[in-house]
Amino acid sequence: MQKRVVFRHKWLPYALVAPQIAITLIFFIWPAYQALETSFFLEDVFGFNRTFVWLENFTRLFNDPGYLRSFWTTLIFGLSVTFMSMSMALALAVAANRVIHGKTGYRTFLIWPYAVAPALAGVLWFFMMNPSLGIVAYMLEGTFGVDWNHYVNGNQALLMVIVAAAWKQISYNFLFFLAGLQSIPKSLIEAAAIDGASPARRFWSIVFPLLSPTTFFLLVVNLVYAFFDTFAIIHATTSGGPADATSILVYKVYSTGFVGQDYGSSAAQSVILMGLVVAMTFVQFRFIERKVQY
Amino acid sequence: MVENRKTSAILTHVVLIAGIVFLCFPVWVALVASTHPGEALTKSPIPMWFGDHAVENYRQLLIEGVPAAGGVPLSTMMFNSLVMAIGITFGKIAISLISAFAIVYFRFPFRMTCFWLIFVTLMLPVEVRILPTYDVVASLGMLNSYTGLIIPLIASATATFLFRQFFLTIPDELVEAARIDGAGPIRFFIDILLPLSRTNIAALFIILFIFGWNQYLWPFLITTDQDLYTIVMGIQRMVNVGEGIPIWNFTMGTAILAMIPPVLVVLVMQRLFVKGLVESEK
Repeated sequence: MQKRVVFRHKWLPYALVAPQIAITLIFFIWPAYQALETSFFLEDVFGFNRTFVWLENFTRLFNDPGYLRSFWTTLIFGLSVTFMSMSMALALAVAANRVIHGKTGYRTFLIWPYAVAPALAGVLWFFMMNPSLGIVAYMLEGTFGVDWNHYVNGNQALLMVIVAAAWKQISYNFLFFLAGLQSIPKSLIEAAAIDGASPARRFWSIVFPLLSPTTFFLLVVNLVYAFFDTFAIIHATTSGGPADATSILVYKVYSTGFVGQDYGSSAAQSVILMGLVVAMTFVQFRFIERKVQY
Repeated sequence: MVENRKTSAILTHVVLIAGIVFLCFPVWVALVASTHPGEALTKSPIPMWFGDHAVENYRQLLIEGVPAAGGVPLSTMMFNSLVMAIGITFGKIAISLISAFAIVYFRFPFRMTCFWLIFVTLMLPVEVRILPTYDVVASLGMLNSYTGLIIPLIASATATFLFRQFFLTIPDELVEAARIDGAGPIRFFIDILLPLSRTNIAALFIILFIFGWNQYLWPFLITTDQDLYTIVMGIQRMVNVGEGIPIWNFTMGTAILAMIPPVLVVLVMQRLFVKGLVESEK
């Protein structure tokens, strides 16, 4: 889509895009190029010498059980966060869409966690699940006899960061599901009701399919969120531990580069992650344009 | 609809209330913990109702800071967060407005190149290019400064696209009328386009303010000077003080103070927030 009527000016349009382009080139494109370049080199500890090693950094990564494990951790983490926050948000949105009185009141109470920083969400749950003080840890011990200690138990640590990440994302998903539900014509559902379809049937055969564009959009957004925006949750609470159990890929880029000072490997990991974001953005735009619909 | 409304209505409210409890409970626990002296939070179960140390705790946090975690007063950190959030918000809106204006209302060589360059920023989040970006900022001498905190984050593909979409819906007749009246592009931008974009700018303001306030990794990387710490990133130092020293009351107080500004913005400007969120993402 383009404008028919435009202005004519020799230099003004360039001056207008200049700030945005300058920042993009200096702080986005150039560092990305640097990462790409560094990923083909091996640097010595003092940074004086570097040798071109072709794809050695990458082959080293894919032969490193720690890195492969991080892939799995990321996948489990991403899928769990997405599933948990989306299913809870859908249930809440369906309920909120049925309420006649007090709709705004409910909405107010459900949307505010969007504004809570991921780091803070992590810290809140870290406190709630603290093995010696946490109220959730206390209740788990009291009612189910679970010995909760995320400082030692890797699975429990992973579960904690999953809950924290999903908790923060529920409001976002809720708002989009609610908007999606409100755009479904009432007449369709009424027609099905007249034909004798039960509420569950109406939901699964009419509402859920009609929601698929929203669901698909949220699926990609949530995965991107879980893969990249959750760095703060991990860093502020578990620091990737215990024994790398919560070391997701973005955290690994940081720990390899800043803590381990292995620049070549960190750059190679950056390149792999960029490939991942590019792929996800591509999928998102390609399918959002077409609108998934039955 | 045709079924018994009463049971389903009750179920609806039960689901909603359960959801609200799940979302609010962690903040309740934090709020309660922040009103107790440190010693009250050393053995389980911790109190579930307010203590009498609220004033002392928050006064110490805001004025003196917590010695065990560097002793920076939270008022300083909150001020830094505010400067960063406002800087990022205004920066993003300003440069996105003018670049969207250029892309929609002008034809010039490399127009599409510019468009794609801006688009690419969507695919390069800070988290994936941490080290090289840090190097760039360091070599520009922008470490430990407000400019370093703000400038690298103000490119915005999302905001540019939002304004582009909006400008495309503005009727061409307005441009023609403006031209007949002898208005140049800058005049048109200031007198017609900006006033028309008011609602969009306001909605975007909320989303971007939250984005700016909640930055974590970026301030963590480029500030080593305690006086430039932001609150969301500063809390990490309290968490890592260790199990030995009971400062959970202060940590939770910090969490509460850190979430108040963005949460208030969302609650007070709910309608605009929802508009901004739904539109800037689609």
